[in-house]
Amino acid sequence: MPDLPLDKPDQSNNPLNRRDFLAGAAAGVAGLAAKPPAAMAQQVALKPEPHPAEAHPAIEVTGNQRPGSDFMVDVFKSLDIEYCAANPGSSFRGLQESFINYGGNKNPEWLTCCHEESSVAMAHGYAKIAGKPMMIMAHGTVGLQHASMAIYNAYCDRVPVYIVLGNILDVNYRRGNAEWVHSVQDAAAMVRDYTKWDDTPVTLGHFAESAVRAYKIAMTPPTEPVILVADGTLQEEPVADKNLRIPKLVTSAPPQGDSGAVAEAAKILVDAENPVIVAGRVARTPRGIELLVELSETLGARVEDQRMRMNFPTQHPLYGHPGASIATPNLSGYDVILGLEVQDFWGITHKMTGLNKFGMEAQPTTQPGAKIVSISAVELNHKSNYQDFGRYLEADLAITGDPESTLPELIEAVRQLITPDRRRAIEERSKKIAEANQRDREHDRELAALAWDASPISTARLSAELWAQIKNEDWSLVSNDRFVSSWPTRLWNFSKPYQYIGAQGGSGIGYQAPASVGAALANRKHGRLSVSIQCDGDLNYAPGVLWTAAHHKIPLLSVMHNNRAYHEERMYLTMLAAKYDRDPAISDIGTALNGPNIDYASIAKGYGLYAEGPISDPRELGPALQRALQRVKNGEPALLDVVTQPR
Amino acid sequence: MNKFLVLFLLCAAAALAETKPGDVDNGKRLFERNGCYQCHGHAGQGGLAGARLSQNKLPQVAFIAYVRNPRSGGMPPFRAKVMSDQDLADVYAYIKTFPEPRAAKDIPLLNQ
Repeated sequence: MPDLPLDKPDQSNNPLNRRDFLAGAAAGVAGLAAKPPAAMAQQVALKPEPHPAEAHPAIEVTGNQRPGSDFMVDVFKSLDIEYCAANPGSSFRGLQESFINYGGNKNPEWLTCCHEESSVAMAHGYAKIAGKPMMIMAHGTVGLQHASMAIYNAYCDRVPVYIVLGNILDVNYRRGNAEWVHSVQDAAAMVRDYTKWDDTPVTLGHFAESAVRAYKIAMTPPTEPVILVADGTLQEEPVADKNLRIPKLVTSAPPQGDSGAVAEAAKILVDAENPVIVAGRVARTPRGIELLVELSETLGARVEDQRMRMNFPTQHPLYGHPGASIATPNLSGYDVILGLEVQDFWGITHKMTGLNKFGMEAQPTTQPGAKIVSISAVELNHKSNYQDFGRYLEADLAITGDPESTLPELIEAVRQLITPDRRRAIEERSKKIAEANQRDREHDRELAALAWDASPISTARLSAELWAQIKNEDWSLVSNDRFVSSWPTRLWNFSKPYQYIGAQGGSGIGYQAPASVGAALANRKHGRLSVSIQCDGDLNYAPGVLWTAAHHKIPLLSVMHNNRAYHEERMYLTMLAAKYDRDPAISDIGTALNGPNIDYASIAKGYGLYAEGPISDPRELGPALQRALQRVKNGEPALLDVVTQPR
Repeated sequence: MNKFLVLFLLCAAAALAETKPGDVDNGKRLFERNGCYQCHGHAGQGGLAGARLSQNKLPQVAFIAYVRNPRSGGMPPFRAKVMSDQDLADVYAYIKTFPEPRAAKDIPLLNQ
């Protein structure tokens, strides 16, 4: 068989597909093996037997010989994926070319990212608005290494991300050093601890089935990131398989709590004198909010919302204590605690020795005899290595199931058990909660006034100024608000499913800027006004996502919460230094982002955004917001650098 | 010990104790240098990380006693090796200069 360079056309007019060729090669090797050892050694010494791939005539992709990546694009189109975010990489160049030339760069449309962490975090934010995954693509080696922290965030936040990794498994197809160092035996291994499922298909038929399966698994609660490895050879060689088909996507009904256990939970709740509902990640769809409102009103139970999703209207009379620490509500006064996919349930029902003391003691914060009921689907996907599952909770009743899907049956069971006496008690309780809620809100307004005219600008003032500009629009806050003392939660009226998206999940910083761009992208087709309160430390991880927003014309107002520090860590250092009777003034070392101050407006302008700042005078903030929002309403991203109080 | 009893004793002690005069400028310097502002805000407004200090009603002695042995799980104890009684008296004097806040009802943006 003649040696033919792979970049020369096949002269035989008889193009072979790879599978046929490999079968022939295998027969040749078998014949070789039958020869006496000495004869074989001599032959090898004279002229090394060409490796099958080297001996393989070059194959042209002609009009009727589509590359495998075209078929892969057909598969992805069948899943109705809108976007694919990627920093370009040679291991998926075939797919990228097919996406654009064959797929028309639509459904999915290619999004140019400057960092793989940005790709994944964009998909993370997008999914929380769109309710479905975005695809991201990355090298199975260096790209995935960049992406890994963002994948962990999405995993901890129970968010589906559809990850496609390029890799060249067959050594014979690795052209040069770059392709060797970008190749890996088991690409998904690095992140298998924090993804739900992965596969490395070896044929296109296998690819189609696994692609559909991956989507189904990602979207079944607990929703999580999944990985599909797109082999480079499979992408770039012609479609050889006959009778290829793409399986129909059949999504699974979400797991629902056991009926007997749900009935028992209903009895515990109805019998309670003062029950509370703690909402973690509850609302997957708009229906989730309606159901939680229905349950709380039926029971007369306060909802302590951990604000990991848009679970409950913040101005509802049964909304929990808006001014309290959202992630760790005070549950000491309740006789029944119903936790719906709560984050760190043990942590919010126990108190541990503070960082300002030595030693470690833990004790329950719940009242003696309080019953704990848990409904969560996360238990269906526990893994061992990363400890996102939290401490073991001694619940009185633990129900494995998706909270949103379990709520209808629970509500109905509760209704059936409510007697006229219980109804009167519930009404009385609801009234008291509503009165306390109103007092909390008035107190919050007084607190917001405390540093109203201060410079740097108070986070309450920033939030109130922003609210004044957006409250009459169809708005969406696409950032977490914990770092600004939750002032938006305390002052704004959140009621619609897309008005809040929660936080990082894994507390990995660098999430917020790209997640807000992804969420704003999902909002764009609905004409919603996306705003983000953007922390300075977070933006510095991968600010190139600002360019992605400008390039793809994603309307988003980013208002910097520029406290010029990694402030959480700065507080920890002060706390520890004082605890050890040492100088707390060292806390700026390694945490402060000053000397020089970072000019975020110039950075944003450099990436093509409209930007203003730094703004330190609170009187200048309102007019600046109006100017920037006008640009956003015209379809472009904008950034205001606001110098703020620490929290 | 009951926390109300502790507060009562602190206040009683405060009434009897000699008030140390505070140096506002040094208090401001220490408030910033030693990181008080990090949780309590540059204007003492407080937040989810720390209590409000603006319009603080504690007498000086009670304030110093609290800083020496805070009950909160987040506040570190600032002992004499880090901040002397005089330092804390200076910080106390500075905190007392925080202006009376505007009433929320007089701020249109807080009545939206």
